[in-house]
Formats: sequence, C-alpha cells, structure tokens
Amino acid sequence: MQQQLTEIRWHARAGQGAVTAAKLVAETALELDRYIQAMPEYGPERMGAPIQAFTRISEDPIEIHNNIEHPSVVVVLDESLLPIVDVTSGLAPGGVIIVNTCSAPAVLRSVLGVADDAVVASVDASTISQDTLKRDMPNTPMIGALAKLTGIFTLEQVSDHLAKTFGKKFSQEVIDANVAAVTRAYEEVQAS
Amino acid sequence: MPKQKTIAATGNVLVAEAMRQCAPDMMAAYPITPQTTIVEEFAKFVANGRVHTEYVTVESEHSAMSACIGASAAGARVMTATSSQGLAYMWEELHIASGMRLPIVMANANRALSAPINIHCDHSDIMGARDTGWVILFAETAQEAYDNTIMSVRIAEHPDVLLPVMTTLDGFITTHSIDRAEVMDDETVSAFVGQYVPENALLDPERNVTHGAFAGLGGPYFEFKHSQRLAIERSRDVVKSVGAEWSEISGRPFGMVETFGMEDAEVAIVVIGSTAGNARHVARGLRAQGMKVGVVKVRCFRPFPYAELVQALSGVKAVAVLDRAESFGAEGGPLYLEVRSALYDLATRIPAVDYIYGLGGSDVKTELIERVFNDLADIAAGTAEPAGLVYLGAR
Repeated sequence: MQQQLTEIRWHARAGQGAVTAAKLVAETALELDRYIQAMPEYGPERMGAPIQAFTRISEDPIEIHNNIEHPSVVVVLDESLLPIVDVTSGLAPGGVIIVNTCSAPAVLRSVLGVADDAVVASVDASTISQDTLKRDMPNTPMIGALAKLTGIFTLEQVSDHLAKTFGKKFSQEVIDANVAAVTRAYEEVQAS
Repeated sequence: MPKQKTIAATGNVLVAEAMRQCAPDMMAAYPITPQTTIVEEFAKFVANGRVHTEYVTVESEHSAMSACIGASAAGARVMTATSSQGLAYMWEELHIASGMRLPIVMANANRALSAPINIHCDHSDIMGARDTGWVILFAETAQEAYDNTIMSVRIAEHPDVLLPVMTTLDGFITTHSIDRAEVMDDETVSAFVGQYVPENALLDPERNVTHGAFAGLGGPYFEFKHSQRLAIERSRDVVKSVGAEWSEISGRPFGMVETFGMEDAEVAIVVIGSTAGNARHVARGLRAQGMKVGVVKVRCFRPFPYAELVQALSGVKAVAVLDRAESFGAEGGPLYLEVRSALYDLATRIPAVDYIYGLGGSDVKTELIERVFNDLADIAAGTAEPAGLVYLGAR
C-alpha cells in the first residue's frame, strides 16, 4: 500500500490559498476514483503567518490519520518562508520539492541543501498569477506545476476540475484566468 | 433502489448532511471548536429551506441541552451537537435527558478538556459522559460519523430503547479533515429513519403526562434507574439490528466491535475512534512481515460490547488497550477498565497493558503503534513483563 500513497505537504502564508489548493488537489484525485485526505494544520489563524496544509492520495482506502512526517512532495507557495521554516523536513527519499520563485532550480537546490536524489523544481507562480489572475494568488498555478512533476493527474484533468468547481461560484473570466495560470505553470516549471 | 454518491467532505459536513436527511423538528445548539461547522452547516440548511427544523440559537450549552429536553419531551425529534467544555457544561442536563427517556441525538466532536487550554482531539470529554445513561457511538472515519448519525435516530427512538444517543467523531482529525465518503440519497435515509411517533408527548391534550417529577422519599426513583439499566441492556440488540439494516442498505459493514487480523492474531490492540485506522495500517505492515498481530475496534462504547470483545480476544497471548482519556487514580483509562473487566470472564488470564496516548491531539505516530505491537510480542514470547500503565510517546 505504502508505495501507492502520495503525501503532499503545503507551505504558505495564511491567505495565499494553500488550504484551498490542498483541497482542490484531493478533489481532482477523487474524480479519478482515488482515495484522498486533505487537511489544514489546525491552530490559530493569522493573515500572513506561516501555515501548512496536507494532502494524501492513494489507490486504496487511506487508514492513517496522523500528521504527514515524510512527504513525498513539498510545495512552497512563498519563497520568503525558506529562511524561517524547515520546508525540507522529513522529505522522503527521491521526493519532490516545488517552490514559487524566480530563481533557477540549481540555485534553489543549493539554498535548500537537499539530498542528490531529491527533485528540486522552481516556477514563478507569483508572476504567472499577476499576469493571468491580475493578483498574487499562487495556489492554482502551483497545482499546474504539481501535475507536471508528479503525474498524479493530467493538466486537462486539473483544468476540468477547476472549471467544474469554480463554475459554481465564479464567472467564466475567472475560470479562464485560473486555467491559464495552471497551464502556464505546467509549461514553465523547471526541475533539476 | 438506494442511490449513493461519492464526495469529498469533512466529518462535520457529513454529520450535518446526515442530520439534514434525518430532518429533526428542532435543533438547539451553541458553537464550540471543533464542532462549530456542524451547526454552521445545519443553520445554512435551515436558512436555505433545505430542512424544516426549528433552529434555536441559545446562550450556552447548558441552555442548548435544556431546550432540547423541553422540545423532546413535547414530542419533537431533536438533535444537537457539542464538544469538550460544552459537553462538560451540559453535564447535569445529560442525566435529565436520559432519566426522562428522551431520544435526543447529539454529535460530539471529541476534544480535550481544560486546563491547560487545548482545542485538539482526545476522549476526555466523551469519557466523562460515559455514565450519563446515553448510548455512545464512536466513528473512525467521516464515513462512519455519517452512518452512525443516521443509525442513532433509529436506536434512540426505538420503543425498546427510548434513550438519548451520542454520535461522536474525533476533533479535527475526523471533524476537519476532508475525506472520501459515500452519501445516501435523501429518500432512502428518510424511509430508513421514518417518522418519530412519541409515546409520551407532553403536548398531547388527549393524554396528560408528567416528565421528570419528584420521585424521592420512598418514591419510584430506584425503579426508574432500574428501568434505565434495562433499557440500555435492550439497546444492545437494537444497535446491532439497526446497524445490520443500515449495512444492508449502504453496503458498509457495522459491528459493535470490528476486527482486523483476529482470525490468527497472537497479540492485539483494542482501540476506539480514528486511531483504529492507524493501528490497522501498522498491523497490515507487520502482518506482511509475518507478525501475527490484530486490531479490535470498539464502535459502540455504551452499551459496552463485552461478549463481542471476549470473543475477539479469546485466542490472544497479550492485549494492549489504547486510551485517549484518563481516569486518574484508576488502574488505567476508561477503555482499559472495560476491557480488563471483559477479560475476567475468560478461563485463561490474558496479560493486558494500558497505553494512554494522544491526549490534547498529541500525534499518533506510526512508530508509536509499532512499539506497542513489539511490546506485546515480547510479553507473548515471555521475554518481558506487562508494563502496567504507559504514557505512549510522552516526552
């Protein structure tokens, strides 16, 4: 069972949409008939404070309910967290870390100091978000980058789910902008 | 034909959905973390006309349960939800609800009690209510919280029972985590729970009755308590039959006790709530390595399933009980006391160890459960003595 379980840890500042992203990823996987869990880190909430969120995805029912200590994927929505939060803590062997940054993956790798077998990826989700959504909301572009690097679902599956779930609340313009943001991040993410 | 849809939702959202489908006449509730989203969701259903419930906002949990008691005595189907300090604040009303034989259904988001202040999961609140005369169900998952809530209505309102029921789920772990679950169609749930026909409604002008009158000074107080004992004993069969009936409709199993690996287990963990999943996850891994380990999950705590537990554990060489609550000064936590009591009926004495774990949301790490199974294997092999009471993972 263990090898089929994908455990994702999200790092962000409160207000950047990490909890929503954790949920969107779980819901997209559910549409592929996967078993899922998505949970925020429970505690006091303050805008701008460092927060974590978690997603589990598996082919089989997920029985564990403890904290994710050894994530196979870490997603960092805010580069300014790198000096203050140990984002690589417990990263599983061969794990993937994706950071919202304009630095190249090689630069990022030296900053993070991760093992050689770790995949380090960078994507400028904030700029993509500014261009498409007209504001800095890096959560949806990071899902595009996540899809590219992990293959847990395709770009089309994410876009379809966004259209479906956002369609209940937002205008077509907002949906299109989000799909554009996810697509650009999917195409632009670079890994080393 | 029952139609179910698979959704991603938190335990609280699923409990609120189950409550909407059971269509109570009245709900009185006061919000408290981590129960809040149950009553929030339900209030939205009322505001949007998706359920025709008289929703009473009150100034405290004491008032919430008082209002529920009044409405239930009047003859209404009544529900509420609470957690932690809120449940503690209801304490005297909990006894009144069961003593008046009112089939109120209450969800509890299991949470620690102060002091020190803590909003996270343990079973201190619910275990404090174990002797209040309520039927008490525990959920491992959001799915079970949904199913238990629907079953609770039938158990509470059954003419052989007429007792209030608590349907509980672990705070944050189950209440706030988004999980995959199947939700039944409204018509099927509605048909399953049926309409509540009160036997002794206060608001029946044709038949005047009194509830909760003075019964001291040679009055029938003693006999009233005996009738409560008989009622909760009768509830055993009702819990089982209602569970079996819902299981048939939903396709999801229900047992007062649910086991994993017990057909050949030499050692076993007894556990309630969400940690049962963690224990099974670890047991699966250890069994793959050849260790004969098993897990016994207790899903109904009151009435306590002694016979089922004895049957499940009769072949093991050592037992560990995981307690997420204290009973300070007792030999162990509340679950341990029940399990040891159940084991007294066996001809052979099985060594049992109590592990107090996860108080105040302290994380139930995989290696902690592995440690428990390894301790048990040593005891079973005769290379270690049972340790008495262990605070699992305490720094």
